[in-house]
Amino acid sequence: MKKVFVIILLAVFGFFITKTFIDIPFGENRIDEVTSNETVAGYYLNNTPVKTKVSNVVTAIVVNYRGLDTLGEVTVLFLASTGLASILYRRKREEEEEDAERLSLPSSRIMRTGARVLFPAIVLLGIYVFIHGHLTPGGGFQGGTIVATGFLLMLISYKGFNTDHNRMVWIESLAGLSFVGIGIWGLLSGNTFLENIPEVGVLNTLISGGLIPIIYIVVGFKVAVELTGILDILLKIKPNK
Amino acid sequence: MQEQFNEVFTKYHEVITWSVYGTAIILMLIGLYAILIKKNLVKIVIGLTILDAGVHLLFVGIGYIQNGTAPIFSPGNEDAADRMVDPVPQALVLTAIIIGFAITAVALSLVIRLYKHHNTAKIDQIKSLKW
Repeated sequence: MKKVFVIILLAVFGFFITKTFIDIPFGENRIDEVTSNETVAGYYLNNTPVKTKVSNVVTAIVVNYRGLDTLGEVTVLFLASTGLASILYRRKREEEEEDAERLSLPSSRIMRTGARVLFPAIVLLGIYVFIHGHLTPGGGFQGGTIVATGFLLMLISYKGFNTDHNRMVWIESLAGLSFVGIGIWGLLSGNTFLENIPEVGVLNTLISGGLIPIIYIVVGFKVAVELTGILDILLKIKPNK
Repeated sequence: MQEQFNEVFTKYHEVITWSVYGTAIILMLIGLYAILIKKNLVKIVIGLTILDAGVHLLFVGIGYIQNGTAPIFSPGNEDAADRMVDPVPQALVLTAIIIGFAITAVALSLVIRLYKHHNTAKIDQIKSLKW
């Protein structure tokens, strides 16, 4: 009975959403004339290589045009990791009996050796991705996630691999503070919050775009540390006895 | 190559439109079905992520432009602004993926907490959730 009701509901939902979107032709050019600045996308495509000198337009939108939005997004991520830690909080005494014991099964020698070989390469790739966030596809969020996958590999293959909690909190706080600090620098110099003040440089060079690469590197560190923290907490959960 | 692509694109435009939007909408419906029907809380969270994936696919699909390149002014591509796909949905989906991740993480932690408290992850067996 419930199933029938739900399927009817889903059919109605599916019908109306299909009816809405099928009128939007796939692949049609909706930006019209890029140089006319008539549409939002046209404005971004037109002004990004000229004004901000950043070749990746998505980076320019995420960090510069919608920078405040990204600050909120980073805050949401921070709240998620804090919320997860507080929901899964366990008392010290419980932890002591079974500390440094993360997995029920030890990982094999192949896994451990492979993880040790791959770990530096994965972290290097992640750092490359978020340093070149304004030049190539990718950026702080993607690079941070890649770094966190490297830590995940180490966490699941080594029982004794422990992340330094204090250092992680320091990196996270410094990254968040420098993001806000860069924003306030814009306010103090008489412009808007997160204004791109420094010289923007030349298009398609590593040091270009003013504050955009700096903000994305900061975001990369923050995301990497937060995701590693979340994975660490989730992996430390013990099954019920 | 380019002309062949254009020819195929215009010839099968209807099919391509239906398949791209259809995939996204079917993913959304599968996610919603899992959320509404499934009893296991972990499956409900999986349904949430599938729903997320459908919405993201729909968004990026709307932003596509025929023959479009990625919105990146890489060397040799500096004057291709009129061939680039819409960057705004891509930026929004980047945000949405992060938020979806945060939601999944918090939801899973709540599921773990409930499982530890009630020793079951089935919502119909958790008495305090009955109403």
